Amino acid sequence: MKSLKKQRRIQVIALAAVALVIATGMIGYAMRDGINFFRSPSEVIAEPPQPTETFRIGGLVEEGTLERGQGETIRFVVTDGGASVQVTFRGVLPDLFGEGQGMVGTGRLVDGVFEASEILAKHDETYMPKEVVDALKEQGVYQEPES
Amino acid sequence: MIAELGHFALLLAACVALVQAVVPMVGAHKGWAGWMAMAAPAATAQLLLTAFSFSALTYAFVVSDFSLKLVVENSHSLKPMLYKVTGVWGNHEGSMLLWVLILTLYGALAAWFGGNLPPSLKARVLGVQSAVTLAFMAFIIFTSNPFLRLAVPPLDGQDLNPLLQDPGLAFHPPFLYLGYVGLSLTFSFAVAALIEGRVDAAWGGWVRPWTLAAWVFLTIGIALGSWWAYYELGWGGYWFWDPVENASFMPWLLAAALLHSAIVVEKRESLKSWTILLAILAFGFSLIGAFIVRSGVLTSVHAFANDPERGVFILMITAAFMGGALTLFAARAGAMQAKGVFGLVSRESALVANNILLAVSCFVVFVGTIWPLIAEMLFDRKLSVGPPFFDAAFTPFMVVLAVILPLGALMPWKRAKLDRVARQLLLPVIATFLIAALVWTFQTERSILAPIGIALGVWLIAGSKIDLWSRTGRGDLRSRLRRLWNLPRADWGKTIAHIGLGVTFIGISALTAWQSEDIRVAQVGETFDVGGYDVTLADVRREPGPNYDSIMAEMVVTRNGRPVAVLFPEKRNYPVAQMPTTEAAIDNGIFRDLYLVIGDPQAQGGWAVRTYIKPFANWIWAGAIIMSLGGFVSLSDRRFRVAAGAGRDAAPKGDASPVAAE
Repeated sequence: MKSLKKQRRIQVIALAAVALVIATGMIGYAMRDGINFFRSPSEVIAEPPQPTETFRIGGLVEEGTLERGQGETIRFVVTDGGASVQVTFRGVLPDLFGEGQGMVGTGRLVDGVFEASEILAKHDETYMPKEVVDALKEQGVYQEPES
Repeated sequence: MIAELGHFALLLAACVALVQAVVPMVGAHKGWAGWMAMAAPAATAQLLLTAFSFSALTYAFVVSDFSLKLVVENSHSLKPMLYKVTGVWGNHEGSMLLWVLILTLYGALAAWFGGNLPPSLKARVLGVQSAVTLAFMAFIIFTSNPFLRLAVPPLDGQDLNPLLQDPGLAFHPPFLYLGYVGLSLTFSFAVAALIEGRVDAAWGGWVRPWTLAAWVFLTIGIALGSWWAYYELGWGGYWFWDPVENASFMPWLLAAALLHSAIVVEKRESLKSWTILLAILAFGFSLIGAFIVRSGVLTSVHAFANDPERGVFILMITAAFMGGALTLFAARAGAMQAKGVFGLVSRESALVANNILLAVSCFVVFVGTIWPLIAEMLFDRKLSVGPPFFDAAFTPFMVVLAVILPLGALMPWKRAKLDRVARQLLLPVIATFLIAALVWTFQTERSILAPIGIALGVWLIAGSKIDLWSRTGRGDLRSRLRRLWNLPRADWGKTIAHIGLGVTFIGISALTAWQSEDIRVAQVGETFDVGGYDVTLADVRREPGPNYDSIMAEMVVTRNGRPVAVLFPEKRNYPVAQMPTTEAAIDNGIFRDLYLVIGDPQAQGGWAVRTYIKPFANWIWAGAIIMSLGGFVSLSDRRFRVAAGAGRDAAPKGDASPVAAE
């Protein structure tokens, strides 16, 4: 009986090992088109990626460049201070999206224009009315929000 | 004053926790009954003190005490009462206090209902639980004190994030924490068993209901969060494979695995050391989840306000408990001798397969979640892992799991015959094939995902029903129906939960494959066609709300001239938080949701309008509800109540499938 138990244990361990190997293989396979590199506008300008590559771009929405309400496509320019990239987006902008705000977009660079398929802006609590921020600063308890 | 009392109560609770973490452990080691017995009253005292502290914070929110920094930052005097209360946990500090409250709640429950646990095991369980609680109390007291005062209080607060002012999200954290933290109790049981050096059927019987409860709450919590994302974020996404979502999904997967392996321990006294390891890891992933959410090391759309210092603290808690427990495991696991042997084809084997698949899929999610961190540390590359990764690497495991689930559920313990199981499953196979063929003919040259996913869902549902029916034995229909009614609740729960999984499968596949989307500029009065529905933008007007202003559209939906629905999508603006939100209008249906969103006003007149048709969307959450219902039914089983009381006696007759083996 003992040997049967042992045999079962070896089988279970072997099965688990096989499953792990398959999982690792699948992870490696899925990584090929499942990961998106993050590039800042400066990097994109310096070294434009292929139009086939999906990547993420992030920065601030440049003041005075956001065109919404001109048809279904929204246009704006994303900047990191050093360089700027034109972005187009057809879809739902996050509620907190606006000029001077941080954004991250996923998409491709086609003819020098970033065609975003998804736009993220945080929906966390780093927003704060100015007056209260000042009040808190006077108290010395205001902490700069991270990121 | 009340806030200071709350703070003081929390400090007192931490002192009690310290005593409870040490004295019963020493008592259990030395065999001193008095020292062991102090654990139960101490657990009750901890709960009462923490509850008082939590009530004090809630009171400050309810009366809008703006001398508290936390209330200023997360509340406003005009906010509706419901959200004043839920605002208590809508922020980092308050939610940690809720976390600790639930930790002490589970500790107290274990003390109250663990009457028939062997005294030394009970003392150790409560001691370990208290050590976990103490670590989190220290975390609150040293890094996230919710009771901080402001020297000069402002006249009014800054309001809670409007996106969080929503019933779906208001109750999402408590359920999620009941789940996360419920796993702390199974962790305590596992560590206590390792210290005792003994795991038996009774141990499995004690651990299972707690795991089940934690899993049910986790299911509800995750479903609420995903439902909220669906209707609140304005484009009908329900799952983004975001790190914060994965943080809740990984413990869910492991809790599901633990749930099943604890059955093997209880019924067959096998897989003991594996079950212990799972119990440790499941809580480990809860802690890792807390780390991911609170530290902000991974970019997430749903992050709390982040603070690296807090992240380090949680990482230290995680490292201490995981390191300690795993070391103990390495030293003691050899002592866990399995009793039952089982054949290659048996329910035990099927449950082993279930466990391997769930654990490995959890591993896949884990790698995908932390890969950005690894890539940044090792290769200095900033990247993100997107849904395509998880679709490719995670889904296949779920497909295999769904294929073997009905087979495994039908197999008897110890040894099964494949052909008998196969004969029983003939009907579900035919049903699966027919419906898949039907689906295939309906949709031409589109994704193959939907037929496969729906076939799997049907297979799960039909297989579970056959499983339950097969337990009624032979004889005429009436006696079988009577026996069906009298089957143990645990069997009903199992069937219901598996059906729920099938329903969710169908919902996800159909929605992924068949949803249609339309984005356009519409003038007021204009009618347009989306997927067979005629949508008219009838009117757009301003409406004031209690603490917001709204731009509300009136949209009339008809199909072939017959009215279907009148919907009112909104754009709201919360002046205090200076934050706009999009409120989609959804016409819920069994087979499809109509999902309307009003966008920006256009320079040339008209409005941007988005229309989505989302087939079978509600099935995703209906499935989750059915799953948790199954869990509750199973929890109400007499056997668990007996097991909680008498434990050992209940285990042998616990094998609820004498007929199925025939």
